[in-house]
Amino acid sequence: MSTADLAVQPEREAAPGGARPGAGLSPWQLAWRRLRTDRLAIASVVVILVIVAAAIAAPAFAALTQHGPDQQFTTAGLTAQGLPRPPGARFWFGTDDLGRDLLVRVVYGARISLLAGVVASVLAVAFGTVVGMFAGYFGGPTDSVLSRSMDVVLSLPFLLFAIALVAIVGPGLWVSVLVIAFFSWASVGRVTRGQTLSIREKEYIEAARSLGAGSLRVIFIDILPNVIAPVIVYTTLLIPASIAFMATLSFLGIGIVPPTPDWGNMISESLQYYKVAWWFVLFPGLALLITTLAFNLLGDAVRDALDPSTERIFAQR
Amino acid sequence: MALASFLVRRILLGVLVLWVISVAVFALFFLAPHDPARLLAGKEATPQTVALITARLGLDKPVVVQYGEFVGRLARGNLGYSYYNSEPVTHLIVSRLPVSVSLAVGAAVLWLLIGISAGVLAATRPRSVADRLVTAGSLFFYSMPVFLLGVLLLYFLFFRLWTSGVHLFPGSGYVSLLASPLQWARYLFLPWLTIALGSAATYSRLTRSGLLDVLGQDYVRTARAKGLSGWRVLIVHALRSALTPIVTQAGIDLGIILGGVVITENIFGLPGLGALAVQSITTQDLPVIIGIVLLASLFVVVANIVVDLLYTVLDPRVRVH
Repeated sequence: MSTADLAVQPEREAAPGGARPGAGLSPWQLAWRRLRTDRLAIASVVVILVIVAAAIAAPAFAALTQHGPDQQFTTAGLTAQGLPRPPGARFWFGTDDLGRDLLVRVVYGARISLLAGVVASVLAVAFGTVVGMFAGYFGGPTDSVLSRSMDVVLSLPFLLFAIALVAIVGPGLWVSVLVIAFFSWASVGRVTRGQTLSIREKEYIEAARSLGAGSLRVIFIDILPNVIAPVIVYTTLLIPASIAFMATLSFLGIGIVPPTPDWGNMISESLQYYKVAWWFVLFPGLALLITTLAFNLLGDAVRDALDPSTERIFAQR
Repeated sequence: MALASFLVRRILLGVLVLWVISVAVFALFFLAPHDPARLLAGKEATPQTVALITARLGLDKPVVVQYGEFVGRLARGNLGYSYYNSEPVTHLIVSRLPVSVSLAVGAAVLWLLIGISAGVLAATRPRSVADRLVTAGSLFFYSMPVFLLGVLLLYFLFFRLWTSGVHLFPGSGYVSLLASPLQWARYLFLPWLTIALGSAATYSRLTRSGLLDVLGQDYVRTARAKGLSGWRVLIVHALRSALTPIVTQAGIDLGIILGGVVITENIFGLPGLGALAVQSITTQDLPVIIGIVLLASLFVVVANIVVDLLYTVLDPRVRVH
């Protein structure tokens, strides 16, 4: 569904001030109004903002606690038996197996997760949208080639392929981000292609073309604004998937390599200590879960706001 | 015949996918900053030995010839030899396959059971407490990365139970189905649950929304009016038409399940293909990794074709073209 169609959607809540509901509002204003009154969406945004703030302020956490993210406290940070220390006054989240401050590491881990999740999703969505619009607009052999490439990418066993790739190029942040983006663009491309196929037949496209607009102009000026709504929804739902993907790669030892803290590699390290140090698993795990939950809830709410005709998946009013 | 030509086109697409993957995988071999002959020869090999092995592997031939030989070997089912212990890759894969298949099939059965029954429960009592619980549970498990769920299950259902004296689920290991079906299921239960809970979330959502669409329709009312029992209407009439998206999803999920198996096998110490793949990263054992990737890709391709065929069986309205 395009944003142009959204304007005629019946408005759910009455507009303030007794005005005719939804009168004179753009589809975006309508969507914003729906989103604003959605308590779950607001709560998710607040949670995400807190996580973003913590990630930005990570050096402040390190400065305040005077514990660097990779700094090992072999005496204060470990018990007499050399095991991780439980949460306490000095180490709020406890320490890990090397006597490092888990609070500081979890906060630094948020930087990697958010960065990887957002950058990979934006790359995938940008590329997928352009490919999808080209395939849908030009049709014919262009469409065949682009659609088959999307089919091929969607048929790849991505985790195993990622393992093979990383085994050859070696692990790292940017390799992982590219790998995640590479395996995510095709589904965006498919959705955009479908949208473009139907928009292409509309009269205003014909009008633009008869006025002499070139293909690129039609694609980016006339079609793009009308496929942007599903693309935005897709982006918000792709971010938590990418964050989980990144953590999974790190967990398997092919994403972020220690000592750089990442929620995935922290949980991987904690696996040997879960019997004696629950906090070692709990805090990175909780951080990861809360982040993906918040983004999924927000994505669901954004979908609902932009396209009220689809069924809300996770929340009911 | 429409169905036959459809099938041929699907198989051709599958072959195309596999061909692209074989080229990609072959390219990986070449781009890799490694020398297979040197790896095979060992650390203290003389240059002569390395040259001998290079010639025997055909690595001194032109790239195109090498690709031809690579495809020729693949066609005969030869995946090459492990750099690590020189075992044929096919042997390694065949010896690990039962573990991964046991894990995958059991998990799939479990997630379909959990997902569809939760979806039915939610759809037949919309907006009830049960519905809300199913919805919240779906969101929770859907957002939970598989490895995190695995670690949590390991902690609570193995370790906490074990320390309180209940030795119900083992934390690691594998017993063959042929040796003892009961032990097989006991050892695999937590790994099954790890994969199943996350996937079940998708199925409960699909079942719920599919059923809600259908339950209000005239033919369901007619079936009720005829005096059919609630369950009969639900299962025979309503669930059947809600099944198409579920089957699509099941095909996709089963196709990529070898990927999901990687994580679970590593957490629960199961000696399957996924564990082999991850071990092979550390030993830089490219032939083994590539063999597993090719097998997994074949899985996806076959699963896609089966789903497309199932469509036409499940829903005769689907036009084959």
